[in-house]
Amino acid sequence: MKNLCETYDVVVVGAGHAGCEAALACARLGLNTICFTVSCESIAMMPCNPNIGGSSKGHLVREIDALGGEMGKNIDATFIQSKMLNKSKGPAVHSLRAQADKSDYSHRMRKIMENTDNLLVRQAEVSEIIVEDGIIKGVKTVSGASYFAKAVVLCTGVYLKAKCIFGDVSYETGPNGLLPANHLTQSLVDNGIEVRRFKTGTPARVDKRSIDFSKMTEQFGDERVVPFSFTTDPETVQKDQVSCWLTYTNEETHKIIRDNLDRSPLYAGVIHGTGPRYCPSIEDKVVRFADKERHQVFIEPEGLYTNEMYLGGMSSSMPEDVQYAMYRTVPGLENVKIVRNAYAIEYDCIDALQLKSTLEFKKIKGLFAGGQFNGSSGYEEAAAQGIIAGINAAMYVKNEEPLILDRSEAYIGVLIDDLVTKESTEPYRMMTSRAEYRLILRQDNADLRLSKYGHRVGLINDERMAKVELKEKQIAEEVERVKSVNIGTGKEVLDLLEKYGSTELKTGVTLAELVKRPELNYEILAPIDKHRPELAWDVAEQVNINLKYEGYIERQLRQVEHFKKLESKIIPDDIDYNEITGLRKEAMQKLNKMKPRSIGQASRISGVSPADISVLLVYMEQFRRKKM
Amino acid sequence: MEHTIAAISTSTMSSGGISIVRMSGKDAIETADKIFVSKNGKKLSEASSHTVHYGNIVDEDGNIIDEVLVIVMRAPNTYTREDVVEIDCHGGILVTRKVLEAAIKAGAKPAEPGEFTKRAFLNGRIDLSQAEAVIDVINSKNEYALKSSVSQLDGKLSAKIKEIREVILNHVAYIEAALDDPEHISLDNYVNNIEKDVDNCVDNVYKLLKTSDNGRIMRDGIRTVILGKTNAGKSSLLNALAKEERAIVTDIEGTTRDVLEEQVNLGGVTLNLVDTAGIRKTDDYVESIGVEKAKKYAQDADLVIFVVDSSRPLDKNDDDIISLIQNKNVIVLLNKSDMEQVVKPEDLKNLNKFSMVSISAKNETGLDKLEHAIKDMFFNGEISFNEEIYITNVRHKTLLQEALDSLHMVKDGINQGMSEDFLTIDLMTAYEKLGMIIGEEVEDDLADRIFSKFCMGK
Repeated sequence: MKNLCETYDVVVVGAGHAGCEAALACARLGLNTICFTVSCESIAMMPCNPNIGGSSKGHLVREIDALGGEMGKNIDATFIQSKMLNKSKGPAVHSLRAQADKSDYSHRMRKIMENTDNLLVRQAEVSEIIVEDGIIKGVKTVSGASYFAKAVVLCTGVYLKAKCIFGDVSYETGPNGLLPANHLTQSLVDNGIEVRRFKTGTPARVDKRSIDFSKMTEQFGDERVVPFSFTTDPETVQKDQVSCWLTYTNEETHKIIRDNLDRSPLYAGVIHGTGPRYCPSIEDKVVRFADKERHQVFIEPEGLYTNEMYLGGMSSSMPEDVQYAMYRTVPGLENVKIVRNAYAIEYDCIDALQLKSTLEFKKIKGLFAGGQFNGSSGYEEAAAQGIIAGINAAMYVKNEEPLILDRSEAYIGVLIDDLVTKESTEPYRMMTSRAEYRLILRQDNADLRLSKYGHRVGLINDERMAKVELKEKQIAEEVERVKSVNIGTGKEVLDLLEKYGSTELKTGVTLAELVKRPELNYEILAPIDKHRPELAWDVAEQVNINLKYEGYIERQLRQVEHFKKLESKIIPDDIDYNEITGLRKEAMQKLNKMKPRSIGQASRISGVSPADISVLLVYMEQFRRKKM
Repeated sequence: MEHTIAAISTSTMSSGGISIVRMSGKDAIETADKIFVSKNGKKLSEASSHTVHYGNIVDEDGNIIDEVLVIVMRAPNTYTREDVVEIDCHGGILVTRKVLEAAIKAGAKPAEPGEFTKRAFLNGRIDLSQAEAVIDVINSKNEYALKSSVSQLDGKLSAKIKEIREVILNHVAYIEAALDDPEHISLDNYVNNIEKDVDNCVDNVYKLLKTSDNGRIMRDGIRTVILGKTNAGKSSLLNALAKEERAIVTDIEGTTRDVLEEQVNLGGVTLNLVDTAGIRKTDDYVESIGVEKAKKYAQDADLVIFVVDSSRPLDKNDDDIISLIQNKNVIVLLNKSDMEQVVKPEDLKNLNKFSMVSISAKNETGLDKLEHAIKDMFFNGEISFNEEIYITNVRHKTLLQEALDSLHMVKDGINQGMSEDFLTIDLMTAYEKLGMIIGEEVEDDLADRIFSKFCMGK
């Protein structure tokens, strides 16, 4: 019997948050792309929490949008509640988070995928990668069909040899009972890729009708919603929102958990994968934080189409009866009915140290990887890697310069650099504290930071780019103007200052100096700024931030300058670390294994000391001169 | 051109004569202008290349530190191919250090070990055949600096630094956890907690900085260890050199239970003398601690003075010491020259490569010969003076200062009502700077602390 055989430019394996961004990027860049999924009904599925964004994750979504990705637009179209977190804090940590209608989210993304030119969504399980002489040639599916391609992007999420576990029950399935991918791992291992096992978990979904909301605190969305995408008109996202609800566990809950620990697969040793510390199951929380009297439980709707509610904060892998018992101790959940059990899931993934900063495998040309497969967690982290893996697969096929964002340019840069440089033993989650230059990497300026890259690769069109450039120009001009406006000590000025409890002026100052005062801002000072030009709100916002936090921002810019110097010292591919006699053995081994692309990256590898870096610099100079 | 570095480029040993502070980098001349007041009133930035200028180095308040000659050399015809300024200091080593510190306060960074040479190579000043040698310099100097930096930090200092860092990290972890998960962890009124602790940290770092000025860290000389079996006369020697009854001198074996330290000036050369308990196999617990210390000190020493009791035959204890010191710079003192000489030179054939001096510590005769022997070793370059230790010290001090500056910025931030996410930026900088002093990597401290202390997530 003859097997099916087709040829594409790019094969994307998986249609979750990473796979969708990767496939869309390739197709939109004009490449003939096929995207495999185990189920066309589960495109961009959200198998865990029903929200997009959150602290630092909201930044990622904004950045994906600035590069020309889909996630921001998709959530803007399908959210049912939205909040800007940390609004009372500095602009660097403002973070958008929206509750999604899960079904709408998935449907809209499916529609986008299915209607994008050059893109075919194909339901089939990929079982093999085809590699010849260290170069990717395509993939095979379980049915024996071959799909040849110049580049392949692996975005298999949590599906490789997935196993869902609660109590002593364990199924070999992906999330929500979807088919796992049981064959691909072996093919990866046969091709020299090292694979490891991680785990994560999710709480139960319960029937809304069985909840007594009167015992809980209602959590509303923001009055004025800010969209994720820079292309979304803010007026289109002002709509009725649904509420979430807050309640708490108590001593009784904890007692039930403690009494049943021997039945927890986590503590009974059934689960072998490494779970994330930042997203612990309720049994983990009770054991590790034994002195905490209560833990918060957020009740979040899964969508408008369903009565299912997500019990945020109570993920678990306890047996069904224990789940029931512990949930029913929580105020408001006394009579709760479970629709879907909480469970833990184990899956195969890789150590991303095997990847270059482009997300291409060091050992296999043309093979890229993104998402949870790379050892991260979270929809946003996945999508961020997906778009970069997709762009770089496209650049590889087109023989153009790859896109690497560095740590001073984007959270995406921090995310990928951490993944491919630092050893990690748990699923990686983004946090604002991981970004050294977070005052510069704000969610409000992602378009100003990254549109140029989206434009360079071809995902942002000229028109959108021109708008960003105009915005940039207006900001710069207005900042200069405000710095040169002198404010006297007239009555109008003094009245305004008094109104906002600001210290009286004895002599004239510039308007910029007044903007810097904590109790004032650019907006407030409009009445005494007679020649202020009419500017869009987002321009005014940037002017305010740039002036107000100028000192801090400038300090970080100086640090960035230093950082860039080391980052721009590129290490030649053909360097042989064994030849460098002055390196300490540990450093030599690490450098050989990791093959960092720059001196900057080398300096972030644990076990490589400043002295090793000096030696490396001298050797590189030696190497360069010999080549001359 | 790179950022500006500075170091004392002559040996920091000689207490007299000229010593040179050298700066190299893009702001070298500008930095020098900040601390140099020329006699003719001209700025160095206006001077032509390779010219010599006469004037004073002054501190922030304009007080004169030293009368100097300054040589301005502009790139590319310099050792590093960068702008270089050399300051010839005349006021002795302490003054030279003050000059270096002034340069650092004015913006220069203390040079890393081997950094001038490294720059010279990277900028094409040194040819390719010397690359290996450059790497060797970097490595040997680094190893030395690392070792000495660790040996030098006494437990109290690093414990203090760890304590301060702990306070800082806990605050940062709390704030970052709250920013990450604002619905679970609240920052209301948290700033009040930070304020008090930051004040304490400022005090503590300030105190450390003060002690680094006049404490042991800043008074280095040749780190010298006196070794010898029990009752060979080590303490008498120390007393003779220190000219005061510092060590307890008795005839009972094992009287010196702890390690004594003394700084003496021998003909202009500073020795940091360490007297140790006699090395002797012992069951006495207290004393055995001293013996262990002695071995450790000997390992870190620049110079070992091995005191042999020439009135008693060599024994197992002497043999042990001899094997311990084979790779060190050693002067063998045949003590008790006033008594009948039992030890003959031929008994000491394993020590032939070392200088031998015969003295009587008790009668204080022969000390001049010891002085000559040390000076010989020193001036012939056998003892490479531990310039790196000094560099390490300057670096420590700079780091303490930077940590202090960052903590002050935290306070400024609090006073200006900045939100907590700004405060953590400077707190983290202080944390990192302090960590560099004790050689701890920052890496994942923060994430680890957040996850271990705060219960977060879905």
